[in-house]
Amino acid sequence: MSLLEVSGLSIRYGGAEVVSDVSFGVDAAESVGLVGESGSGKTQTALAIMGLLSEKAEVSGSIVFDGAEIVGSSERQLDRLRAERIGMVFQDPAQALNPYVPIGKQLRRVLLCHGTSGGREVDQQVMHMLDRVGLPDPARQFRAYPHQLSGGMRQRVMIASALIAGPDLLIADEPTTALDVTVQAQILDLLERIREETALLLITHDLGIIAGHCERLLVVENGRLVEQGPTRRLFSEPQSPHTRKLIDAAPRLDGSLPQAAAQGDVVLEADDVSVSYEEREARQQLHAVQDLDLELRAGETVAVVGESGSGKSSFVRAVLGLIPIRAGRVTFCGQELAGPVQARSVRMRRDLQLVFQDPAGSLDPQWRIEQLVAEPLTVHEPDLDAKGRRERVTAALQRVGLDEGLLRRFPHQLSGGQAQRVAIARALIVNPKVLVCDEAVAALDGSVRQQILDLLRREQEATGLAIVFISHDLAVVRSISHRVMVLYLGRLVELADGAGIFAHPRHPYTRALLDAVPVPDPVAPGGKLSVRGEMPSILTPPRGCAFHPRCRYTKSRCRVESPRARRVDGARVACHFAEELTL
Amino acid sequence: MSAVARIWAHMRSSKTVMVSGGILAAIALLAVIGPWISPNEYVTADFGSILRSPTLSAGHVFGTDDLGRDLFVRTMMGVQVTFAVAIVASVVSLVIGVLYGATAGFVGGRVDAVMMRLVDTLYALPFIFFVILLLVVFERNFLLIFIAIGAINWLDMARIVRGQTLSLREREFVQAAQLIGVSTPRIILRHIAPNLIGVVIVYVTLTIPQAILIESFLSFLGLGIQEPQTSLGKLVNDGTAQMEGASWMLLIPATLLAAILLCFNFLGDGMRDLFDSRQSR
Repeated sequence: MSLLEVSGLSIRYGGAEVVSDVSFGVDAAESVGLVGESGSGKTQTALAIMGLLSEKAEVSGSIVFDGAEIVGSSERQLDRLRAERIGMVFQDPAQALNPYVPIGKQLRRVLLCHGTSGGREVDQQVMHMLDRVGLPDPARQFRAYPHQLSGGMRQRVMIASALIAGPDLLIADEPTTALDVTVQAQILDLLERIREETALLLITHDLGIIAGHCERLLVVENGRLVEQGPTRRLFSEPQSPHTRKLIDAAPRLDGSLPQAAAQGDVVLEADDVSVSYEEREARQQLHAVQDLDLELRAGETVAVVGESGSGKSSFVRAVLGLIPIRAGRVTFCGQELAGPVQARSVRMRRDLQLVFQDPAGSLDPQWRIEQLVAEPLTVHEPDLDAKGRRERVTAALQRVGLDEGLLRRFPHQLSGGQAQRVAIARALIVNPKVLVCDEAVAALDGSVRQQILDLLRREQEATGLAIVFISHDLAVVRSISHRVMVLYLGRLVELADGAGIFAHPRHPYTRALLDAVPVPDPVAPGGKLSVRGEMPSILTPPRGCAFHPRCRYTKSRCRVESPRARRVDGARVACHFAEELTL
Repeated sequence: MSAVARIWAHMRSSKTVMVSGGILAAIALLAVIGPWISPNEYVTADFGSILRSPTLSAGHVFGTDDLGRDLFVRTMMGVQVTFAVAIVASVVSLVIGVLYGATAGFVGGRVDAVMMRLVDTLYALPFIFFVILLLVVFERNFLLIFIAIGAINWLDMARIVRGQTLSLREREFVQAAQLIGVSTPRIILRHIAPNLIGVVIVYVTLTIPQAILIESFLSFLGLGIQEPQTSLGKLVNDGTAQMEGASWMLLIPATLLAAILLCFNFLGDGMRDLFDSRQSR
């Protein structure tokens, strides 16, 4: 008899069936992965188990937890079940925690709601729990508000609050999607450790995570369960084409590298660029970016990689003129680009285009696709008549693999992948020389991500476009990057060509980023923890080498002297011991 | 204008909006053609038929008032004035408020600070004092009342639009437009303004009843519409005096005023639902 038994579960909203006839079971202390693309009904299934679906949902089938039926039971019964028997961790801890209540109090409430009487023991129990999920200095964090914690720490608190009442099953819905790779590895490691007492249902779109952390796998597609079985078997002999597709789409570290770029002219050059923000409360300057260089040639892709807070976005935004530069200079084809983007000449703005992470945010919701794609033409080629403009728009959409039927639609009527293609078509329609992609594929499903990357590569081969590709994930940039630039706390850590960085990283941080990548291979799943802790706040950068508190090779020199980037075997590395370390 | 066409298509999808809008349109139509087809004049006093109750046969559909004037024509005149107040006040507050607020919000910095302090200063002026001042300095005039009302309403509009613009300015599509090379005035006009339409429409439909109430209030104080011209607020006021003997004098204009106010409120609510639901999409 399984702990959780879902049979024939269907969920409908009005006429639309989002989950159809799903059946599976979870045994005590078992870890099961629920995998599918966005919109496949994963989260709906989880919410149904928790009894948290909206009232508009029509649920049929049965969900039996430890002998008790969940479908159709009263809120009162469900209240007893939630937290005490089933805990849940959501994707975004910032939204799941109450911003006005200190975290210790929030955890205490969970206990008080579930029959524990108050007093010192409760506080002790909360602190013990915080300690168990790896929160440093629990006594102090007890009184901290959610905004004072980093994303990773908040997710630890969420896990603590889900576990504190001692549930038998923990449901984690994309628990690491909002986190950096290194933090993701830590959270997954934590989930692994707590699993000795609790069964885990891990919901994710990322097969890499599943490969290392789940015994059994459930694959869903469009609300249907298409395949289930032991993780190893599913990876080695997938029965369903959809499983095959998901495995193929997951980013890997052993795929092919792009062919060497043709040596074009330097189009964009940044010298010693620094960016700082005024921090009003702390009355100090935040040095988001310090002395970064970039040399981008036509036909080349340079990836800028780092965790959140590494300054990668600030750097490219400063280059583009969206935020002011404190020091240094930027030149485009030999001409200096100074001042904010509004002050630059229209001609100049034509050649530098940006694709944002969130296509929904970067496309004006009031405009039709046709107008959106045509907008750059109205600015840069005002003489074009309506007919000519229309032809160009249609051609641009074809270039990115979209058909004319979308012309009259609005952005919210498109899927994430389609919207991102529109954003790319809009950027490419005036044939820029440089395209900057700021996490342009981070919000997309694996298969769509591959298509977008292929699209960018084709464009580059056809037109000699130079691309700057920002990402927090090394695995994603592998297939397109000729050179990779790794940043840490606003400074260059390593700059090397693609082959070099993936085969022989020379900086411990690069190594750590590579190790942390979860690989979709149950035999060697990656996601290793070779780095401690989290990136420190840019307000209080460590003395000496910025990376030394987290580095496992730290020597006394690292604590006092900040390393300058220097050449090591054709790469640029900022580590005192780059030659000696074998990583 | 595609934005207008889209808003229309949007409005058609909501029953609340269509029903309340339809009733308002019907009342407006009646108010325009009613006096035109009626044999009576709004100023003609007929002392032979004072306080006649509404009948179809005598030609006074809504009855007559204490001076024997035909109440149907007077009520329709009142509706005209009420709608005129609504239109003038909303246009004044719309034009000044949106341009002022969007400019302050988008340009930001010192310009924003100065512009918004001016709004604060105007807020601090007592409204009645302001109106009396206007009426003393200029000649008492129909249009002046409307402009006074609009001039009060645009302050709220400017604040709301500025707040909205501040958040729109940070949206990525504005940055995207800047990178593409779109000029600042064009961004305000083509990207900021259309995205404000939702808020602005909702706010306009919600301020219209407010403007109507202010006009009624001014008329009550004797600062508004002057005899023999009239407005719904004034008719209600007259009706209150005759409430016991001639209840229709109160009931008919009061019902119409209530209906108009309710319809505008429903229209505003319906609009807000429409635009909110689209934003959450």
